[in-house]
Formats: sequence, C-alpha cells, structure tokens
Amino acid sequence: MAQLLAVLIDGLIYSSWLFIIAVGLTLIYGVMKILNIAHGSLYALGAYSAASLAGYWIRQGYPPMGSYAVMVVAAILVGLVAGPVIERGLLRFMYGKDEIVLVLVTYAVFLILEDFVKLVWGVDPYFIAQPYGLLGNFTVGDLTYPNYNLVLFGAAVFIGVVLAWVLTKTRQGKMLLAVIHDREMSAAMGINVGRVYFITFTVGAMLGALGGALTAPMISVQPGIGAETIVLAFAVVVIGGLGSLPGAALAALLVGIVRSAAVHYRPELDLFSIYLVMAVVLIMRPKGLFSAQEARKI
Amino acid sequence: MAIVLEARGLNKSFGAVTAANDINVALEQDAIVGLIGSNGAGKTTFINMVTGYLKPSSGTITFGGRDITPFNPRQITRLGICRSFQIPQLFNTLSVYDNLLVGIGIVVSGGKNWAEASHYVGTPGAAVDGMLERFRLTDYRDKLAGELPEGIRKLLDIAMAMAVKPKILLLDEPTSGVSADEKLTLMDMVMEAVRAQKVTVIFVEHDMEIVTRYTQRVLAFYEGRVIADGAPTVVLNDPEVRRYVTGEIPHVTAGDKHAAH
Amino acid sequence: MKRDPTLPILIAGSIILLALGPFLPRWAMFLINVSLCYGIVVLGMLLLMRTGVVSFGHGLYYCLGAYAAGTLDQVFKISDMAVMLVAAVIVTALASAALGLLLRKYRDIFFAMLSLAFSMILYGLLVKTSALGSSDGFNVAASKIAGITVAGTAVDRYVRYALTVVFAFIAGVFMHKYLNSHMGRLAEAIRDNELRVEYMGASVRNVIHVNYVISAVLAGIGGALAAIAVGHIDPEMAYWTTSGEFVFVGILAGTGSVLAPLLGAFIFETIRSFAYEYSPNTWQMALGITMLVVIMFLPGGLWSLFTRKRKAA
Repeated sequence: MAQLLAVLIDGLIYSSWLFIIAVGLTLIYGVMKILNIAHGSLYALGAYSAASLAGYWIRQGYPPMGSYAVMVVAAILVGLVAGPVIERGLLRFMYGKDEIVLVLVTYAVFLILEDFVKLVWGVDPYFIAQPYGLLGNFTVGDLTYPNYNLVLFGAAVFIGVVLAWVLTKTRQGKMLLAVIHDREMSAAMGINVGRVYFITFTVGAMLGALGGALTAPMISVQPGIGAETIVLAFAVVVIGGLGSLPGAALAALLVGIVRSAAVHYRPELDLFSIYLVMAVVLIMRPKGLFSAQEARKI
Repeated sequence: MAIVLEARGLNKSFGAVTAANDINVALEQDAIVGLIGSNGAGKTTFINMVTGYLKPSSGTITFGGRDITPFNPRQITRLGICRSFQIPQLFNTLSVYDNLLVGIGIVVSGGKNWAEASHYVGTPGAAVDGMLERFRLTDYRDKLAGELPEGIRKLLDIAMAMAVKPKILLLDEPTSGVSADEKLTLMDMVMEAVRAQKVTVIFVEHDMEIVTRYTQRVLAFYEGRVIADGAPTVVLNDPEVRRYVTGEIPHVTAGDKHAAH
Repeated sequence: MKRDPTLPILIAGSIILLALGPFLPRWAMFLINVSLCYGIVVLGMLLLMRTGVVSFGHGLYYCLGAYAAGTLDQVFKISDMAVMLVAAVIVTALASAALGLLLRKYRDIFFAMLSLAFSMILYGLLVKTSALGSSDGFNVAASKIAGITVAGTAVDRYVRYALTVVFAFIAGVFMHKYLNSHMGRLAEAIRDNELRVEYMGASVRNVIHVNYVISAVLAGIGGALAAIAVGHIDPEMAYWTTSGEFVFVGILAGTGSVLAPLLGAFIFETIRSFAYEYSPNTWQMALGITMLVVIMFLPGGLWSLFTRKRKAA
C-alpha cells in the first residue's frame, strides 16, 4: 500500500515535470507545425541561466527565498532573448518549406546552442541545490518529500490553467487556436499569422527555459541535459497528440505514472517505459490521444 | 450482353448528408455510360465507392459476379477497375515517360492476382512509347508531370488509368478544365484508345453535347439517387432531369421558398 | 541520353582505394574505413528518403549490427569477421522485418518518432545490461576472417580497411541498380503521390516495408564493420543523436546519386575528426551551421553542386 502511494506521488511529480517541458513544444507545433528540437537547448539555457543567476544571488547573501523569483526571471529573460532571435532571425525565412526540413533547421539550431552553452558555461557541472531544500519537507506516511516538488506540481497546474484560460477566453488566445486549426483560413480571415508565430515561439521558448530553470535545483546542470530532455518532451507531445494541450497533460500523467511504476517494480524498464507507452498509444491511436480530423482528398 | 458491374442498394451517408440513396445500377460489358448530375449529386461518391476509396453504409457492389464491396483501391485496380480523377493525380516530380513506366512496371511485375487482362509484350519501355503515341503525348515525354498544361495533365491521368490494363474504366470529369475546342479532340482520342482495348467506360460529364455524342446510356444523379437511366436522348428529355440536372426547367428549392416570403 | 558515370566511378574509386591502402598512413586508413561504414548506413537513409520517409532511429540497426558482432566475440568467443557480418545481416533483417510491420503504417513525424522510440528502447536496454558493459560498452576483437587469423599480422589493418571498401562497393552497386529499377521508380512515385500508387495496383506499405528492411540491413553492416574497425562498441550507437547524424549526412549529401552518401560521410567524418581535435566544444556548432547553409543554399545537398556543374558543361 505504501508502495502504491509512493508510485502515485512520484508519478505525479514526474508528470508535472513532463508537462512543463512538453507544453511549450506542443504549443509551437500546434501553431507553427514545427517540431522544435531546439526546445531542448532552451531547456538547457534556462537551467544554466537559473543556476548561474540564483547561485550568484545566494552567494551575494541576498534572501534565499528570492532565488525562486530569480530563477523564473532568468527563464523569462532566456525566452525573451532566444525566442525572437531564433524565430525572427532564422525560422521566419524557412516557413513554407517541407515539415521535415524545418525539423532539421531546429536540429541545426540545437547543435549550435549545445556548443554555445559549453562555450559560455564550460563543461563542468553546476549545482544549485539550495532552492531545492529551502522549503522543507512534507511527509506522507513513511515517505518524505521536499516541498519543492509541490512547487513543481503547482507550476504545472498553474501553467496548464493559465494557458487553457488564455487560449479559450482571450481574443489573442482564440486567434492562436484558429491558426492551430487552419492556418490558411486564419490568414484569409485577417489574422496576422506572422505575429502569432512570433508570440507563440517566444512563449514556447520561455516555457522551455522555465522547465530548465525549475529543474536546475534538482539535478547537476551539465552538457547533455538538453539532448536527454528533448526526446522525453517529444514522446509526451506525440503521445498526447501533436498540438494538443489537454493531450500533453494527459500524456504527461500517463507516462509519469507508468514510469514511476517501472522505477518501483521493474527498474530495468525505467529508461524506456516512456517509449513503450508511445508505441502502445500510437498502435491504438495512430495520431496520439487527441488528434485532428483530416478532410477528404479526392 | 453480360453484366460486368452491378451495384445493389448502395447507400452512403456522411453524418446528416446523404451522398448515395439506394443506388441500383447494372452495367453491361463494353458499354459506354455517362453519369450526369449537378455538383454534389453523388457521382464522384459513386465512383469512390466502386473503386474502394469509400465503403458504402450499406449495399453491395459486384464485379463479374464477385463481391468487391470490402476491397480497397489497390485490390480493385488489380481486378481490372481503374479510374481517372477530377483533379489529376500524377507523379509531379517524375517525367511523363516515368509516370507511365511506373504503371506498366506494376502490371509487369504483378503477382498471381493481377487482372487477367493481357500483359504487355515487348519491353516496358516500348509499351510506354506506344501509349505516348496513342495519347499524342510523345512531345511531352521527358517533361516533368508537374510542369504540364492542365489539359495534358488530364490526358496523362487518363493514360495512366489505361496503362494498368483496365476492364472497366471510370473517368471523373475527363474534360473539365480543358478548353472547349480541345474537349472533342480529347474525347475522340480517349474513345479510340478505349475501343482498341475492349473496355467498359463510365464517365462523369457536365457537357451534354459530349454526353450525347459519346455515350450509349446515361445515368442521371440527383441528391444521391439515380433519377433517370436510359438512352441519352430519352434521359435528357426526362422532365425530372431537365428540372434537376440540366436546369432547362427552373425549379424552386426549399431555400428559395423561404426567401420569397 | 546522358551516361551515368556512377558505376565507373564506384569501380575506379574502389580499385584506387584498395591499391593505395598499403601506402596510406594509419590515420588515413582509419578515417576512410570509418567514413565508409557511416556511408553504408547513409546509403540506406538515401533509399528511405527517396521513398519519402525519414527515419530518426537508424542508430537502432547500426547498434544491433555492432552488438551482434560484439556479442559473438565476447559471449561466444567467435571472432571471425565474416561470421560477424552474417550475424549482423540476420539480426537486423529480422528486427526490421518485425518493426517494419508497425512502422509501415506511419509517415512523417510519426514514422520519425516511432523509429526514434525503438532506438531509444534499445539504448535503454543496453545501458541497463551490465553483462554487456552498460553505458561503457565493451571491446570487440575481430581477429579472423573466414578462418584466417589476421590480428597481430602486418596486414591486420589493411584487411579491415579492404573489407569495408569492398562492402561499400557492393552496397553502392546494389543501391544504384535498385534505385534505377522498377522498385526505385516506385519508391519515388510513393514519395510523390501515395494515393495514385495504390490506384495503380501497387501496395505502398509493402514497398516501404521492403525498403525499410534493406536500409536496416545496410545500417547493420555499417555497424558491424565499425565494430571491426574501431574495436569498441557502446550503447551511444543507438542514441538518438547518432541517428540524427545519419539524417544530417543524408541531407548534406543529397539524394542525387549513390556516390553522394559515401562522399558526404567522408566529408562529415573528416570535419568531425579535425574539428573535434582542435576545438571539441565547437564542432557541433560547426556542424549545425553547415547544415543550415546546406539547407538554405543547396537544398539538393552537396551533390547538387556536381550536377549543376555538369549541366552547365
């Protein structure tokens, strides 16, 4: 019984993390039909920036609780800089090309940013553990968890709710949904698709960086975290249905619980339980859990 | 004359829209049949069902006595039923020569369940050149299909349907998009090629002159039903056909009635 | 009727490489050897790209081929190169025949993602298998070929080098003939208009499946040859970034000719080796920038430089 509880709690924590790293990716795909491999680099940039800035903040003796705000600010800054640079500086010229070509462009950006990170921060790992332990722990029965995990969970829920509200209740959000549904028709109706792309990519970049920033206190920040994370984000996005936010949430939940079960009962399956889920889901629903209908061709 | 293709009780609905409503049609060997009807009347839906692209909601389609209703386009093509498309479906990045060569290559390499239609003699290349000549496409031999003028694209689309040796050929609006003076030349060419191969032809057409000139039998569609079936002159003079298809008798639809009040 | 120089170049190239071999410095022999191993894998990517499909998981078969060779040596104490290659072919053929049953139903992103997933599953399995060295992998000592011991002899390196050259030649000739046959044309037709292909009586899924298996076997052969050449294998061969490199080289080279992947792989490996030596923290960046340049200015890959020149002549 205790083990089941552990599986559930660990699962929820991992699901929260998966949702945060995947939501930006699915948003960008939904609107722009680009599978942004560079999302992994933004995650890494977010993690490194947060580690550096928060580390500096704490070393300078400022109130440690402020380090959380610093981390979030770092992520937002990364998104606000990297997002426009990549979108306006490069992607914008590639729209209209084949989907797979755009993926390769983002792969090239990923490669470039991976080395950029090494050049700026070096190859040694960064540790920024204080924010993780600062909030104390909570216990459930015999199990103890750092309260930081609640932050993660809370962040995931907050992001999900805010995005859902913005997309369905605000005018800008509905325009985004329109572009997701049918880009050409939206343009014909007068929606400035270029501006929508810009905003979407920047928001997506911020979310990716935020994922990295929030994770930084829990890991050793080192080269390679981007590559590891992007494949997991992909899997969640594909399982949930490309471009679907509720899909990403459900997929994150599903994968989180399954992986948690694997870790507790069959550790050798841990690393690839997510891919097993993807294979099973795709077999049953070839386009993911929530997928769009296609019109007749002939 | 032997019945070669028969549709019995075909129905097809897409949600609230009825695209086919109890269609019963029996086609004879070597017949040349025209399908007429306004857009949305169900002609293309009929072709899509016969060729396996759509499954009817109910009803059966038999070919030479064999039930082909559950078959997919590939299986139906291999049995000998081929079609051309309203929007030509070509291999745009291949040359005209290669477009036909692919088709003939498929026939030549085909397995046991390929149509019993006679296979090609001589090399596939020679067969392609023969087809190019018959359809007067030789000048376009090395051009990419994506760079062809619209009329030639339609011609190639039909030639490709013929390349896989059909027993029944379904042409979906073969002359649409073709200029008025070229329509007759196109149809003459197609019919000549068809006669040489003993094929049953069904084609969808909006031009009534072409229908009267080339068909022996006409089926008129309206709202998913076949409202007339017989010789061209008889069908074209049918009052319902004149009202709902050719528009010679104006008719008031439910929408008009509302507007009037 | 333009004459295609591919076959003569393949023949001439192989003869030259085999003849020059004994005179080449060790690093050059090794570089050519490893490049051609990669090139053989990319030949498979070329076939898939011509069929309109991009696999982001061919590291799976590259790794399977290498580990088939390695397992024969480590576990069964069979260190014969010929046997290793046969094993690689069998293992990858069976694996791809099975996985192909599922993959053939998907296209675009889904095909890419599923293929990636399968390769990551293998990666995960290998990393957790301590008997196979976990993430460190293990050494492979291929010491014989068809019964004749070469390890320790003066011709050791040359034999490995020649083996790869010969296989690259065979793979190149096979792929050239295959792409110019009906199956090759059918593959391109599928890439262009799948609906039309079905409506002409061919099975799109069957062709994709067959081409998938062929490309997988090529990747397996490349992997086994790499194991023989390098003497060490690890799960990294199945990691998605390895698969990404195969895709990268495929795009870089272009699909114009079977010579393109072989040449492209050589250029890639050369840049990688030198860039890594001089600046290990920027070679990925160099790769990324090169890829962007190629995508933007040479959409047909580097090979289109050659075809453009010939057209101008």
